[in-house]
Amino acid sequence: MTMRIFVSRDAGAIAVGADEVAIALEQVAIKSGVAVEIVRTGSRGLYWLEPMVEVATSQGRVAFGPVTTADTPTVFDAMTTGSPHPLRLGVTDEISWLKRQTRLTFARCGVIDPRSVNDYRDHDGYKGLERALTLTSDEIVTEVTTSGLRGRGGAGFPTGIKWKTVALAQADRKYIVCNADEGDSGTFADRMIMEGDPFVVIEGMTIAGVAVGATKGYIYIRSEYPHAVAAMNAAITAARRTGYLGERIVGSSHSFDLEVRVGAGAYVCGEETSLLESLEGRRGIVRAKPPLPAHKGLFGRPTVINNVLSFAAIPFILAGGAKAYADFGMGRSRGTMPIQLAGNIRYGGLFETGFGITLGELVDDIGGGTLTGRPVRAVQVGGPLGAYFPRALFDTPFDYEAFAARDGLIGHGGIVVFDDSVDMAKQARFAMEFCAVESCGKCTPCRIGSTRGVETIDKIILGERTSENLAVVEDLCNTMKFGSLCALGGFTPYPVLSALKHFREDFGPAPARLQAAE
Amino acid sequence: MTSAYEPWNEARGAALIAEHDKLEGATLVILHAMQEAFGYVPEPAIPMIASALSLSRAEVHGVFTFYHDFRSEPAGRHVLKLCRAEACQAAGGDALAARAEAKLGISLGNTTADARVTLEPIYCLGLCATAPSAMLDGRVVGRLDEPRLDALVAEAQR
Repeated sequence: MTMRIFVSRDAGAIAVGADEVAIALEQVAIKSGVAVEIVRTGSRGLYWLEPMVEVATSQGRVAFGPVTTADTPTVFDAMTTGSPHPLRLGVTDEISWLKRQTRLTFARCGVIDPRSVNDYRDHDGYKGLERALTLTSDEIVTEVTTSGLRGRGGAGFPTGIKWKTVALAQADRKYIVCNADEGDSGTFADRMIMEGDPFVVIEGMTIAGVAVGATKGYIYIRSEYPHAVAAMNAAITAARRTGYLGERIVGSSHSFDLEVRVGAGAYVCGEETSLLESLEGRRGIVRAKPPLPAHKGLFGRPTVINNVLSFAAIPFILAGGAKAYADFGMGRSRGTMPIQLAGNIRYGGLFETGFGITLGELVDDIGGGTLTGRPVRAVQVGGPLGAYFPRALFDTPFDYEAFAARDGLIGHGGIVVFDDSVDMAKQARFAMEFCAVESCGKCTPCRIGSTRGVETIDKIILGERTSENLAVVEDLCNTMKFGSLCALGGFTPYPVLSALKHFREDFGPAPARLQAAE
Repeated sequence: MTSAYEPWNEARGAALIAEHDKLEGATLVILHAMQEAFGYVPEPAIPMIASALSLSRAEVHGVFTFYHDFRSEPAGRHVLKLCRAEACQAAGGDALAARAEAKLGISLGNTTADARVTLEPIYCLGLCATAPSAMLDGRVVGRLDEPRLDALVAEAQR
């Protein structure tokens, strides 16, 4: 019987040698005369174990990792004979880091071949669409609303309400747009799902198309993600070939097709109206709202624009029912959140779980603290526009409202861990600098405020009139927060003000900082 | 020295435009196609795109200059991008960026005098759990440390 071996083709695994390991395993197999099939999957998201290699056994898949090319002969031997090996991790599904998760959106990621429609179907794929095709538009939207799903891109707006608005709008054409411009540092869930389970994104968008009466969708992927672009394009081709995209999908009366568009390195295009401008072929300048994209979106037509993870949550909701999804979570944050643990962290990766888990559990318990072994000093939650949290706030539950109550945001679910060598004045300066570079320039608070912010923080670092300049920074942040058109200028104050509030000792001339540390 | 890119050629440019100009909102798609073929967006391409899409030259120029990706002149033979965003900063990226700059004798955003290496910052490759990360000519590299960075720089210089 052919032995089935699984090696990730996820960019994060390739970056640490997965391609070389796959080739080496194939050569070892040829040499030993054992028939093997090497399946390139997505990543399970246990990145400290990548390249992770799995083999199908009667007990289920058994994992080894992190495997180097030099390990491949002995690992292969252990796979064929079942003998012990130092890199043997046991049955993959029993690895506690994985077992503790609730994988609804990421259930198939790392398991299936992301290029195979059949593999997707064999693992409950397209059940959501099949059910959606038996429902009315109204019933689909009601399912989504009842599930409590909120926009996973960061804003947390109820997805069902967005869909309803578009469904009710009258127009000659409507569009579905997937925001895959995942620019936040510390986030990679969109990339992982596009590379590891692209059909779930296609299925989610197709259901949206059926629900609101749209026949065309775009996936706007950032250019920094070439592997995701390739994976989505391959999946779209496969879906078309098998009748899941195109005219009269799977024999129904609905038509829907998708196209990938690639960004060009502008962070602000992750903002939905800027993304729409970019899709239309223009500069990514933010639009004033109203009109909402749901009324006048892409090319002036009613448009559902959602994040990758929002669309990827839809098939489960339709297949399993709204209640099955809403049963997870806390308060007004229903369902699961794919949380991304990153930066200076021992066990970094993708951890999908119901809302409500605390920041401390995520960082210390699941993440295992820092990779350097030094104490955790700060964590930034929610990307470059998210607040820095000190250890004192580690009891904050992962929940939209709980983070907002502590002047933070969960954003797209990324957590970046810093050890005690971090200089928080430098991080605050970086937040302003990043905003200055990436500002689209349309509104003054963002365009000018961020540049003045960098200059003023520089003065503080040099010890020039520290208290007056700190007041200037706070004033600038206030203006940016309330006067900016979009989240770029509006949220840059989060990292800056949180650094100031929780790590004030870092803001001042160097001697003062030394005293404070003593 | 060989280059993977073609030299600018008006007929080839026109063919690339014709391939995409029927798409909705085609400007970025065409600019990407130009850069993929020629390694940069040659100046004469701008009015050609404008006329094909019924836009003004200023509009196309505006789009071209708005996005960080598009180049107005060819890059070095190899492009080494170092992630400079927060997750990589937290994992020691600052020191590695300084080391790469010192080794190549240029600062981020520049090309070596022999036109071999362009060193650029990039803001997030989405490899944040295997930080710090880099990309050499489209190939991703994670868990960078001094030896791995040195090997990458040496490869880029060849």
